[in-house]
Amino acid sequence: MCLAIPGKIQSIDYQYDGLVKVAKVLFGGIVKEASLDMVPHAVVGDYVLVHVGVALTVVDEEEAQKTFSYLSEIGELDELVESCQIDAPTPN
Amino acid sequence: MKFLSEYRNPELVEQYLNEIKKTVTRPWTIMEVCGGQTHSLVKNGLLNLLPKEVQMVHGPGCPVCVTPINLIDKAVYLAEEKGVILCSFGDMIRVPGSKRSLLESKARGADVRILYSPLEAVKLAQQNPDKEVVFFAVGFETTAPANALSVVQAKRLGLTNYSILASHVLVPPAIEAVMNDKTAPIQAFLAAGHVCAIMGIGQYYQLVDEYDIPIVVTGFEPLDLLQGILMTVKQLEAGKANLENQYSRIVKPEGNPEAIKVIEEVFEVTDREWRGIGTIPMSGWEVKSELSAFDANKKFSVDIVKVPECADCIAGLVLKGIKKPFECSQFGKNCTPEKPLGAPMVSSEGACAAYFHYAEYAA
Ligand code: SF4
Repeated sequence: MCLAIPGKIQSIDYQYDGLVKVAKVLFGGIVKEASLDMVPHAVVGDYVLVHVGVALTVVDEEEAQKTFSYLSEIGELDELVESCQIDAPTPN
Repeated sequence: MKFLSEYRNPELVEQYLNEIKKTVTRPWTIMEVCGGQTHSLVKNGLLNLLPKEVQMVHGPGCPVCVTPINLIDKAVYLAEEKGVILCSFGDMIRVPGSKRSLLESKARGADVRILYSPLEAVKLAQQNPDKEVVFFAVGFETTAPANALSVVQAKRLGLTNYSILASHVLVPPAIEAVMNDKTAPIQAFLAAGHVCAIMGIGQYYQLVDEYDIPIVVTGFEPLDLLQGILMTVKQLEAGKANLENQYSRIVKPEGNPEAIKVIEEVFEVTDREWRGIGTIPMSGWEVKSELSAFDANKKFSVDIVKVPECADCIAGLVLKGIKKPFECSQFGKNCTPEKPLGAPMVSSEGACAAYFHYAEYAA
């Protein structure tokens, strides 16, 4: 029940005489309403994480790449450590 | 779907699995706290793909599962009162109380409605001024902003016929309860990413220090989980105990200040009974006393007798990671998702139901 999924903000409206800021959010082919009260700075085109009708955060697009680069980064790091070990002068 | 399907890329899944295999040299027991993560691990068959040294155990992080039976009985009682519309999330409606579930109440004529969001319940209250609308508000920190916001909206709209029956639970005290049970074999935790998206990660530093365990804040997709597990195993193998954040695209260290504000406006911390575990001090939220007009607990007097849990159900041991669902004598026999004996069999995020649905992966 804690399912929260990212979707793209298509449009932003106000409801209850301007009391509540609501977005239409696109998830794959489905559009659902989500309150933007928790992410007041979100704009059309942002990806927001939505849970039970409330947008909880804006997805950080830059950070989103980290999962894809993590393995090659630790790979390079391991190589670096190994090469340092080889280059280290042998103690007499 | 952007930010979703790419985290299911089979080639990267393979690469992460290889890296985990390369890294691990000894057996480790890691608990994922959140039921959503349990569901994803089981559904995607990851438990079978992980090297046998990495034992994942499933934590108490399914709010539906830990909602005490007497609160369900309370909800059933309210649903059967005249003029009440009782609403909640779909999972909650099916959980058996001591006499019946809300779904069974509905079949007997009670006005019980399954809603996607508590904000819909506020609309329902607005449209039905002659009815009392009660939202059975369960959840962890992730769901608290929505439940709190429903109260704030109802107040702003001047509604007097909306209230919530709150059964809110908190993750950090649950981690403490697991660690304080010396028989629980846990060596590290994957913390629930969406909980941290709200509350931030500050509270977890203390747990890392106090119990000397690695905690990695982790997302829900296969790659998220595998990266979280890899980061955890790397720490364990190196003898480290740090707090790390795998899920930085969603989780900021400070959490979401707007969400925290609305939670603090509506809720205060309280002791909370967890089904199968017992009372954990300061482990839940209840509606603040100044908002008691919106608190179904205060608004209605409910007189129900407290009943004990089914004696054969070992949900408490399952929720603490001490036993696996298939070690329960009732699993799949007297206890199935159609006829659950305990709550972990009801919700799709409960460990017992997850294992039952995907039994072929769980052997
Ligand atoms: S299988 Fe059923 S009876 Fe056994 S622990 Fe799980 S919910 Fe309880």
